Amino acid sequence: MSSFPLRIGTPDGLLFEGNAERIVCRTITGDLAILAGHCNYCTAIGMGEAHVVLEDGTTRYAACIGGMLSVMNGTCRVLATTWEWKEDIDKNRAEAAKKRAEERLARQGLTDQEYANATAKLQRALVRLSVKQ
Amino acid sequence: MAANMKAVKLRIKSVESTMQITKAMELVASSKLRRAKERSDQCRPYFRELHQTLVDIAEGNTDFSSVYAKPSANERCCYVVIAGDRGLAGGYNSNIFKKLEAAAQSADSTETTAPESNYVVLPIGKKAVEYFQRRHVEILTEDFVTVADISVADCFEIARLLCRQYREGRFGHIELCYTEFVSMLSQRPEIYPMLPLTDLERPMETGADAEPKDGASQGMDSVGERKKSVRDLILYEPDSSEVFDAIVPEYLGGFIYGGVCDALASELAARRNAMEAATSNAEEMIEKLNLSYNRARQSSITTEITEIVAGAEGVG
Repeated sequence: MSSFPLRIGTPDGLLFEGNAERIVCRTITGDLAILAGHCNYCTAIGMGEAHVVLEDGTTRYAACIGGMLSVMNGTCRVLATTWEWKEDIDKNRAEAAKKRAEERLARQGLTDQEYANATAKLQRALVRLSVKQ
Repeated sequence: MAANMKAVKLRIKSVESTMQITKAMELVASSKLRRAKERSDQCRPYFRELHQTLVDIAEGNTDFSSVYAKPSANERCCYVVIAGDRGLAGGYNSNIFKKLEAAAQSADSTETTAPESNYVVLPIGKKAVEYFQRRHVEILTEDFVTVADISVADCFEIARLLCRQYREGRFGHIELCYTEFVSMLSQRPEIYPMLPLTDLERPMETGADAEPKDGASQGMDSVGERKKSVRDLILYEPDSSEVFDAIVPEYLGGFIYGGVCDALASELAARRNAMEAATSNAEEMIEKLNLSYNRARQSSITTEITEIVAGAEGVG
């Protein structure tokens, strides 16, 4: 299968640079796969699992949260707020975060801001856990 | 003579203690600089990619349905200014303010609106806050005072705030003003337009050579290239305004974070250089003072000898 140049970056650095056959990730409208030869394209990334099929056929899974995905003249750029490869995810930490967020949400009298923060934290933890499993 | 000697001695002591302070500050700055530089290096590729992607989009974009994409009628500009928390960093703080003043002034001269009220600022860093308070420039928020403590989450918060105000129409342009870290010895204050996206096309016209990574081989055809790229339409899913609503806050946040990382490294590098210069100046001063101290000592001894000899002759 033909491949295309892919770059994955987050504020913590460039996590991937090279050729890939396919990238699948969750956008704001649902799962999306990019293959070689895609037209110029731009969308926003939601929260969810993503995977990249490399040139040699191996598949790498990752948790991907927020950011943008663009294809420009054949080059695909994924600029995510968070992109964690499956092997880098700290399961214990994610579980602890999930528990904390759930406790937070169970409490009464949260302000809108606190509620939104806690939900976002819970969602992030769930995404990480689902990738890890 | 004795009084002179004492004065010189005191002066040497005071210069020595100042030198100790500058030396300590230099060491502190250089150890902090190492960490800051690592962070800025780590962040730089993301920053570059982000900027490049947005510039590509801005050039190829023909869909102006989103507030963020269409050229703005409101000439009022919001500057996000990143300066230092502390002084004693050479010209670091004043350079960035000078650059900003110049930019604001040139924006003023092209329009006929009243100056001063023509821009608002969002200062990051204690020095920036103080500066704009003194000049009575409208400040958007003072929540982000210490630049050293700013995290990614803070940057996204700033971005959300900016986007909200932008949509409400409080200003029509957003520009980022920070000191770019070129090398250990050179830092350059820069202003980058961030919103609306049509502003992003502007620096590319003058700065084609500043981005040599893909412009070098093309050279002359870069203009033709750009014209062509406009015809390569971009597909937005679900639609452009929704995509822009989602990615613009992210983009601003990432961009500001990149600026903060770079500015922090620049500040520390500037401070290290300034302190290095101060230390070597102090050394030079001590050397000179030592010389004059010795001279004073010598002449006082000579006087004493002359007096003794004269006295002995008188007795004899």
